[in-house]
Amino acid sequence: MRTEDLIKALDADARDKAMPLGKAWWLAVGVAVAIAAAVLFATIGPRPDLMPAMHTMRFMSKFVFTLVLAASAFALIRALSMPGASTRRAMAWMVAAPALVVLAVILELFVVPEADWGKRLIGSNMMICMTFIPLIGIGPLAIFLGMLRYGAPTRPVLAGAVAGLLAGGLAATFYAAHCFDDSPLFVATWYTIAIAFLTLLGAIGGRLFVRW
Amino acid sequence: MTGKDEAEFSRLLRAAIAGDEKAYADFLHRIAALVRGFVRRKVVQGGVDPEDVVQETLLAIHVKRHTWRQDAPVLPWVYAIARFKLIDAFRRRGRRIEVEIDEIAETFAEPETEKVSERDINRALDGLPPAQRSVVSSISVDGQSIGETATRLGISETAVRVSLHRGLAAIAKRFGRQ
Repeated sequence: MRTEDLIKALDADARDKAMPLGKAWWLAVGVAVAIAAAVLFATIGPRPDLMPAMHTMRFMSKFVFTLVLAASAFALIRALSMPGASTRRAMAWMVAAPALVVLAVILELFVVPEADWGKRLIGSNMMICMTFIPLIGIGPLAIFLGMLRYGAPTRPVLAGAVAGLLAGGLAATFYAAHCFDDSPLFVATWYTIAIAFLTLLGAIGGRLFVRW
Repeated sequence: MTGKDEAEFSRLLRAAIAGDEKAYADFLHRIAALVRGFVRRKVVQGGVDPEDVVQETLLAIHVKRHTWRQDAPVLPWVYAIARFKLIDAFRRRGRRIEVEIDEIAETFAEPETEKVSERDINRALDGLPPAQRSVVSSISVDGQSIGETATRLGISETAVRVSLHRGLAAIAKRFGRQ
């Protein structure tokens, strides 16, 4: 088939309309949030003292970390799924969430006596944390990998890893409403491990499934 | 590459996405020439047929045109796809290359030179289900319109459009898996 002939076929198919990728990403995030919420409420649910907890700095700080992670990962994955889009600025924003966590850990180490560090770090929920963040995040991750197939990422493995970070950020946001361990020491350790697992899974998914 | 080209290409693709088939044909012809110039400069040794990469890039541009943000420049988008497909073509043949972005600026459009050879796209076309294959080749190789193809094959125009769309999507997918 000559290229001229191919163009005839492409032109005849011009009328077909697909949803613009930017809009599709918002839709995907909406569905992912609904899935994450459904999994949380159908399983462990939010903690019973949710309202009073919202007046404590430590509890609220967890949402700052996870939402900043999700927002920065969302901006980056959108750029990564569009060929030729600049990713430099979105890439730079990815340090925001880790930087906030490091800052909070330093503050916590100043405020809490050294004898309590171990207790705060281990907490009481680490197994649940490391089970439920991946569990809540796996559905959203599948959706985001599907979105990468719909898009056109020129770096599929990196884009897959960022899909894992986005799913992890979302899942951790919902999980944080359940968890009683609010110390940044706990969050910096176990949340990070759980999100890293989703990130690895995303990178593998990007390698295996995101071809175009 | 000048800013005028960029504005013109963006205008054509915007019109095409809004449903202007003439603008789309114009866009594809000019983009094909541009991508051909780019690919031919990159492929200096044998193993990869530049025209295969041009065709693969055009198909990817077609099936992924919803990934272009209409307020963003279109040429960086086109070259990012061409570069990805070129690297992919080399990788499939077990070679690694680096494709520099800044060299794109020196690319000139080149016309198609007909060459009788077995194209990757023919293999992908042969692998389609018969109904899709006959629709795609009727419109491409035989140059028939949607209406003529419908009459000739005795099916509705809608069925022709669906088969064409699915057939092209399948060819685009198969390209990447060879």
